[in-house]
Amino acid sequence: MAKIWIYADVTGGKVNSGALELLTKARSIDGAEVAAVALGPGATDAAATLGEHGAATVYASDDAVYDDHLAQPAAHALKQLVDEHQPNLILFGLTYPSRDVAGRLQALTGSTLMSNASDLPSTDTAQTQIFGATKIVDVKLGGPDPKLVIFRPKSFPAEPSGGSANVVAVNAEIGDDLKKAKRTERHEEEATGPKLEDAAVVVSGGRGLQDASNFKLIEELAAAIGKAATGATRAIVDSGWVPYSYQVGQTGKTVKPSVYIAVGISGATQHLVGMKESKRIIAINKDPEAPIFKIADLGVVGDALKILPQLTEEVKKRKG
Amino acid sequence: MNVVVLSKFVPNPEGVPEMGDDFLLKREGVEGSLDPGDEFGVEAGLQLADTTGGEVTVVSMGPEAGATQAIRKALSMGAAKGVMISDPQLKGSDALVTAKVLAAAVQRAGFDVVIAGVESTDGYTGTLPMTLAELLGVPALTFAKHIENRDGTIVIQRQTETGYDVVEAPAPVVITVTAGANSPRYPTLKGIMQAKQKPVDQVTVSDLGLAEADTQPTQTVEAVNAAPEKAAGEVIEDDGNAASRIADLLAEAKVI
Ligand SMILES: Cc1cc2nc3c(=O)[nH]c(=O)nc-3n(C[C@H](O)[C@H](O)[C@H](O)COP(=O)(O)OP(=O)(O)OC[C@H]3O[C@@H](n4cnc5c(N)ncnc54)[C@H](O)[C@@H]3O)c2cc1C
Ligand SMILES: Nc1ncnc2c1ncn2[C@@H]1O[C@H](COP(=O)(O)O)[C@@H](O)[C@H]1O
Repeated sequence: MAKIWIYADVTGGKVNSGALELLTKARSIDGAEVAAVALGPGATDAAATLGEHGAATVYASDDAVYDDHLAQPAAHALKQLVDEHQPNLILFGLTYPSRDVAGRLQALTGSTLMSNASDLPSTDTAQTQIFGATKIVDVKLGGPDPKLVIFRPKSFPAEPSGGSANVVAVNAEIGDDLKKAKRTERHEEEATGPKLEDAAVVVSGGRGLQDASNFKLIEELAAAIGKAATGATRAIVDSGWVPYSYQVGQTGKTVKPSVYIAVGISGATQHLVGMKESKRIIAINKDPEAPIFKIADLGVVGDALKILPQLTEEVKKRKG
Repeated sequence: MNVVVLSKFVPNPEGVPEMGDDFLLKREGVEGSLDPGDEFGVEAGLQLADTTGGEVTVVSMGPEAGATQAIRKALSMGAAKGVMISDPQLKGSDALVTAKVLAAAVQRAGFDVVIAGVESTDGYTGTLPMTLAELLGVPALTFAKHIENRDGTIVIQRQTETGYDVVEAPAPVVITVTAGANSPRYPTLKGIMQAKQKPVDQVTVSDLGLAEADTQPTQTVEAVNAAPEKAAGEVIEDDGNAASRIADLLAEAKVI
């Protein structure tokens, strides 16, 4: 019987949705014994949600040490739990804190760690997509247990099972030498509108907008549609037109809205991996050869600066 | 402060990547460069060393031709010396093997700060620096978009999903820098000339005191298949009707 664990990121007292997706997948595996590990303020409260999604056991601690001192305490607590309970496989979501913990845990357990996984065909094989998700690679995971695998967001749907978890308190020894790194401030950007990952419509802009000031055309279209979020390519994030939190792609967010509108975006593979699973893709680009057209349901060859205001007007008109 | 910067050679990021019969990404005999992501690391390292009066050692592991090119670039930007780890035994290394080898090389070079990229452009595993930090037994300040030294304590702005955090740790420490954290300097002609005279230490696995068991990869590619292709959609020229066609699709999707 395979023991599968999910490391659930609870930064800021909220469970990362990736953990719920991974629990949904794990509980579908025949004979799997599924548990979650949640460390940091809010962990015990999170246990209920984790249980609802398939964790039979949740190893939890609300100790602020896991939040205040970054990944070292969590990696060492996880190692102590691993030694005690011997899981075969630990699944992580692709978040910054989880990446930090997984990387460190690998050094402590000497086991294999695979990143960017997209599926789990068996408990010792994981899949990843390469070359802009045009190829799927099956990777056999060898070496000692527990195998460690980090999954891209939205690799599986998150569905509640209606279960409930047995909560086991974690009392790990965390020495002072593990508390050298510390967080001293948090800065949150003001968020308006729906979250990029959850929005039904995403309107994204790229370098084809020509100038930072033209991003407002994207915002105006999103506002006219309603329930729409705005996204961006790395090219315009790196140029400082919009904050990093807007970035869609390999090193940004993964989105799967009902409609994705790509404006002035060439369609580099690193952008495509973050949005190609969208239900419908609309692209506006002045270059008929732009790779984005290969995955678009509706491609429009034309000038974005001209079409955007017309489209915003048209949407307003139809919504009355 | 003595800074070790990890620098990787990657196949040309703009080019079409090639895979060999062994399912490994081709890294030999291909065009490429120092990973563009690592240029930010080199720049951050030079700034730290300049303000604290230390020097930068650049460490690269990989096939000789590429690793040499990556190291040369960093030396021409201003790094003082290089360490190149090239060994046929390391072909096909996975993240753990690479971390062990780099940890041994970094320890051998001596460091106050180790700087790496957030993720490599070709492999984008993005966990190597944390594994390295744990092997070295030091804290890590990851996803830095701004780095500062305050009397031996490194203070960074750490990129988060919704903004940034300020985090700090005393040296010795591992830092990963995001793309865009700084503006990497261009090598000057003088820098390029000087780079040719700078020492580059060539080491093998046994020089680093690692056993063969340390270099056994734990992941093997079993199959590579084409992903299901999406049916091609319709592409139209904007003749003034594009806005209306797009609005039709939005209505069909029931989002307006
Ligand atoms: C390791 C790594 C990770 C990366 N991660 C990401 C990531 O997460 N997300 C991401 O997006 N990118 C990522 N990139 C960058 C990616 O490779 C591309 O460089 C980037 O996506 C290009 O952005 P763009 O489409 O805005 O710009 P460009 O490629 O410059 O495209 C601009 C497009 O606009 C069109 N255009 C110009 N004028 C107009 C007009 N008036 N009207 C309509 N169209 C017009 C042009 O025809 C062109 O196709 C990554 C790269 C690397 C190496
Ligand atoms: N072979 C290597 N040689 C030198 N540095 C490396 C090597 N592999 C990875 N790195 C460093 O580790 C970072 C993250 O790599 P990765 O975890 O492989 O995505 C890179 O940006 C480099 O700074």
